[in-house]
Amino acid sequence: MPSPKRIGRIEFGLLSPKEIRTMSVRKIIWADTYDDDGFPYPQGLMDLHLGVIDPGLRCKTCDQKASECPGHFGHIELAKPVIHVGYTRLIRKLLRATCRSCSRLLLLAEEIEKVVGTEDEQTGDVLSEKDIKKERLCPHCGEQQLKINFEKPTTFSEIMMEEGRKVEHKLTPADIRARLEKIPDADLRHLGINPEVARPEWTVLTVLPVPPVTMRPSIILENGQRSEDDLTHKLVDIIRINQRFKENQDAGAPQLIIEDLWELLQYHVTTYLDNEVAGCPPARHRSGRPLKTLSQRLKGKDGRFRGSLSGKRVNFSARTVISPDPNLSVMEVGIPLAVANEMSIPVQVTSYNIEELRQMALNGPSRAALDQPCGANYVIRPDKRRLRLAEGNLETVAEQLEPGWTVERQIRDGDIVLFNRQPSLHRMSIMAHRARVMDGRTFRLNPAVCPPYNADFDGDEMNLHIPQTEEARAEAAILVAVEENIRSPRFGGPIIGGIHDHVSGIFLLTNHTRWFSKSEALYLLKDIDLISLPEPGLVRDGEPMWSNKQVFSTALPKELNMVFKASSCQNCEVCKRELCERDAYVRIIDGKLESGTIDKKAIGAFDGQIVQRIIRQYSMKRAAEFIDDITHLAIRSIMFDGFSFGIDDEDLPRTEHGQIEEVLNAAVLDVQRRIKIYEDGQLEPMPGRTPEETLEMQIMQVLGKARDRTGEIAGRHLGLGNSAVVMAVSGARGSMLNLTQMAGCVGQQSVRGERIIRGYDERTLPHFQKGDRGSDAHGFIQHSYKEGLNPTEFFFHAIGGREGLVDTAVRTSQSGYLQRRMINALQDLKVAYDGTVRTTGGRIIQFRYGEDGTDPMKSSFGDPVDVKGIVESILKEEV
Amino acid sequence: MLPDQEAKIEGSALPVKTREQLRTYLEGKEITSSQFDQILNRVIDEYQKTRIEACEAVGIIAAQSIGEPGTQMTMRTFHYAGVAEINVTLGLPRLIEIMDARKEPSTPTMTIYLEPDYLGDRDRAREVSWQIEAAPLHEFGDITTDMENMQIVVHLNTAVCEKRKILPAAIIEAAPRKIRERRHYRDFEFETDGKSPTIIFMPKNRESYQNLFQLAEHVKNVIVQGIDDIERVVVRKESGEYILYTEGSNLKDVFDVEGVDTTRTRTNNISEISQILGIEAARNAIINEALSTLSEQGILVDVRHIMLVADMMCMEGEVKQIGRHGIAGEKESVLSRAAFEVTVNHLLDAAVANEVDELSGVTENVIVGQPIQLGTGDVKLIAKPLKSGES
Repeated sequence: MPSPKRIGRIEFGLLSPKEIRTMSVRKIIWADTYDDDGFPYPQGLMDLHLGVIDPGLRCKTCDQKASECPGHFGHIELAKPVIHVGYTRLIRKLLRATCRSCSRLLLLAEEIEKVVGTEDEQTGDVLSEKDIKKERLCPHCGEQQLKINFEKPTTFSEIMMEEGRKVEHKLTPADIRARLEKIPDADLRHLGINPEVARPEWTVLTVLPVPPVTMRPSIILENGQRSEDDLTHKLVDIIRINQRFKENQDAGAPQLIIEDLWELLQYHVTTYLDNEVAGCPPARHRSGRPLKTLSQRLKGKDGRFRGSLSGKRVNFSARTVISPDPNLSVMEVGIPLAVANEMSIPVQVTSYNIEELRQMALNGPSRAALDQPCGANYVIRPDKRRLRLAEGNLETVAEQLEPGWTVERQIRDGDIVLFNRQPSLHRMSIMAHRARVMDGRTFRLNPAVCPPYNADFDGDEMNLHIPQTEEARAEAAILVAVEENIRSPRFGGPIIGGIHDHVSGIFLLTNHTRWFSKSEALYLLKDIDLISLPEPGLVRDGEPMWSNKQVFSTALPKELNMVFKASSCQNCEVCKRELCERDAYVRIIDGKLESGTIDKKAIGAFDGQIVQRIIRQYSMKRAAEFIDDITHLAIRSIMFDGFSFGIDDEDLPRTEHGQIEEVLNAAVLDVQRRIKIYEDGQLEPMPGRTPEETLEMQIMQVLGKARDRTGEIAGRHLGLGNSAVVMAVSGARGSMLNLTQMAGCVGQQSVRGERIIRGYDERTLPHFQKGDRGSDAHGFIQHSYKEGLNPTEFFFHAIGGREGLVDTAVRTSQSGYLQRRMINALQDLKVAYDGTVRTTGGRIIQFRYGEDGTDPMKSSFGDPVDVKGIVESILKEEV
Repeated sequence: MLPDQEAKIEGSALPVKTREQLRTYLEGKEITSSQFDQILNRVIDEYQKTRIEACEAVGIIAAQSIGEPGTQMTMRTFHYAGVAEINVTLGLPRLIEIMDARKEPSTPTMTIYLEPDYLGDRDRAREVSWQIEAAPLHEFGDITTDMENMQIVVHLNTAVCEKRKILPAAIIEAAPRKIRERRHYRDFEFETDGKSPTIIFMPKNRESYQNLFQLAEHVKNVIVQGIDDIERVVVRKESGEYILYTEGSNLKDVFDVEGVDTTRTRTNNISEISQILGIEAARNAIINEALSTLSEQGILVDVRHIMLVADMMCMEGEVKQIGRHGIAGEKESVLSRAAFEVTVNHLLDAAVANEVDELSGVTENVIVGQPIQLGTGDVKLIAKPLKSGES
């Protein structure tokens, strides 16, 4: 393929009237578009010289069909000049900076030099309005300068003194143009204007370019009526007024009428350029909708720049709902057959693969079941002609195939595909997976890859893209693949790992010691690629038994040595190590789990210590395999015992209920006692706080403590036999706080970190006495979720819950904007070959990336070398 | 560890931190020299593997690493860890504030450390705090509004003055001056006899009681001791020394107070730091503030990302905002600016100034549909396959 031409640079400048006329192919004089036969008027806005949009017609300028003709500009000769709204500020600056009679800068050469610098030594600054003193004499011709008034949107006037009174004298665009024309080129350069491409008088329009029809196509509605584009509507207005203006001018109409028409023409040209100018009512469509004119097309999120140029649409993509499949590898993605049939990969026919591709062409586009072979949708001939494969032509096309052709074959197992979930906040939001064609209508993925995508299965949809070139596939496989993105560049730790049931499952398997018979062990290890079981750890009644730790160790690499504390570790003052009653001291020697429980700390996403160590000691590929093995093992072990949670898991015996009630009653009484102290004026305020604030703080503290106490009481009763406790301790999901709220007491509801105070006069609800400061009157919920809330409690709970919802809604928009700004500010930075960080323009930002040249992704939580890990793995002991 | 092993560590081309870690982990361990060599070789090997690769798009990675966890942060302002008395903006609003390079943070605070002579003693720390905390006149004595004689009489309480280590004469001198300078109220006269701790204020215009009451307000609230911007000071003992936390910030004036350790004292007002201590200090302040905001929320972000952002913000010698009025708005490329914000104006201005877009950045090349100059798109050396017959 020949390399496409590169655009080297883009230069910006103004169009001069001369240029507008030269590039124009037709002068437009008629405001009408189509005649009664539906044929465009010559010299009308839809003139065939401006390009064609109807299929079948040919452009009169380039003689090409609608699909090839890019369109051509026309022009309108304006009866009188009008101001370009976008340049009103520039015009104001120029009028104020130059003499009203000789049009030279109102500064002496020395004064200019002060700002701009000398010829050889330029400061890089340009003159601004502020550098010119007000209402002084022109240093060149001595003319008295007048104050220039500017009124939005496009009116300029001079303030004259007549008979001691201030009189405003309006400047017409023609006057302004005349003044701008006289400004010498040299003076313009000092003002930051390049006169070669942008003479200031060009900002006062005498000729208006008419954009080609291709950029304002008319659409034909269902009833056969034509509906014109907003731009065309606006151009019709301009031409109509322009014609009328000319007629009146030629007829010698009174000055007043001329002025009115001039202003009207100015209005139409203004709204044509920008329909959202301040001080100018927007031009509206018949229906009352404001027109979308030139500026509006470019501006904003869905405008040309952000909507069409920075964000592009693609083919070969699919989108559907996602659902979990723990039997897949993390590196795979399940694709519905319907999607796989529709999408394709182009394959060049060579003498080596011609037979295979011929068979695919023969199979055709319909693959009815998973076991049927992969077919093809299109065939491309060497002359770039695309042939659609259909029932009728399969044999003939397959027969014709020869090297040089391209076959677009369907997706089959093992193809590399890009998978993405919005919002794409970081690069792991797009990763390359291996395809696995499956039944059903959803994309399937291993739940272990949910954290980088931030996906769950409550109806999330995801996108799939098929790379079409060899280069794209190579980059996808080498850089974008899941196994290359296990580590996050944010902090240098793994972000793919076991979640939820993986953690619960592996916790249940490895906690303390258990023994499995051969059949049990093999059941657990079914999905792990094992050659043979290890030596049995125990022989009981002549039957070989394997310990749970042995079963787990089969998934570990053989040379792994590490010691760490599990997330169930309580951080005791003196660590009991192997004798820990929680079995939280994890010791792995030579790939064998000697003691300890595997949980979130070991294999979880974001923490996964074992995963991290495997990445560093082996590779990310090995780590991906480890995650596959461990998730499969975890799912099997959680199914081995079964794992469920129901309302009776929150049941507490009568004694515990009594204790909880006691604690809560004591707290409520304590609150009342403190309120009494406060009301008696005896409360000692904290430094810098009012007594009232102090009281509120104390109450919050007392009630918070009471809730924690109920949690402790509930926790005493609920041990590791309880599923919620298992999940909380292993770090799979939830915390002891959730359990407290379910079984003990929901606790204080708050708004902005304070008790609930809003509502009626001096009370939150009419159920309470005015001025009641008690706990229940301000949102303390004594009941647990299981007991159920009483009506006032329920209401307070809804108040507290609403705050959380509002918070999330505000936060997403704010952090989205922060992210957009950051990306925009930093996107051009890269590491140069000399190790410096530079912008793509070559400016140096850092002399050495991060001061030490370490890649945060390859680092170990920020450290260039994981010294502890290396020492541990060689000395095989804790350091 | 043997001395020759020590020398080997020292002689290796490893960064200081890694050498330090090696030494601490190997301290007091019985290791054979083969084990030592193994360790050292693997450390060196791993160090070489973790070097950043050329063409890496570090800017985008940094932006994503800071932006992505933004969704997980809270919106609310919380208390300082430990100091319940002082409110500080934290979480996402604070992060946005730092990136916006605001002139004044929404909750300016300072952490003032004391010099060795002062840090161990609560009373001496309190003394310093009096020099800092803004104290209005009414805290130093009785103020009576004498409506009969149209005057305001201030009797200073000498005991309070002594306790707060300020001479009554100094207050008498400062009060009228400060009313004029700080509160911009000039329509009054005052009398003192030079001996007794009393000062009498009278409005210039004695026709209306309104003037008298207005003056009384000014007299009551005029700051006569401390630094005007610092509304509150809290003295706390932390890890064996007394530290002052303040609400309000004025680095320059605090540095002038005796007993303040100027090397450790800090403020969260970054623009103040840049003005008083310079751009390098401001860069460090941005890094520290951003990092502590993130880690307070339990979010792990590599320093290198934050350093890159801080370096970008401070590149021009003054702290520049991330956004329209800062880095993103001053880029060389017209198309890139137009694609960010205020599209039309950038295009119009570019035309007049005859700007040229060299198409070197990311957005520009995306817009025109060309490969971008980052990562694999930046590699210009391409191997040509040998044709058959060539060798």
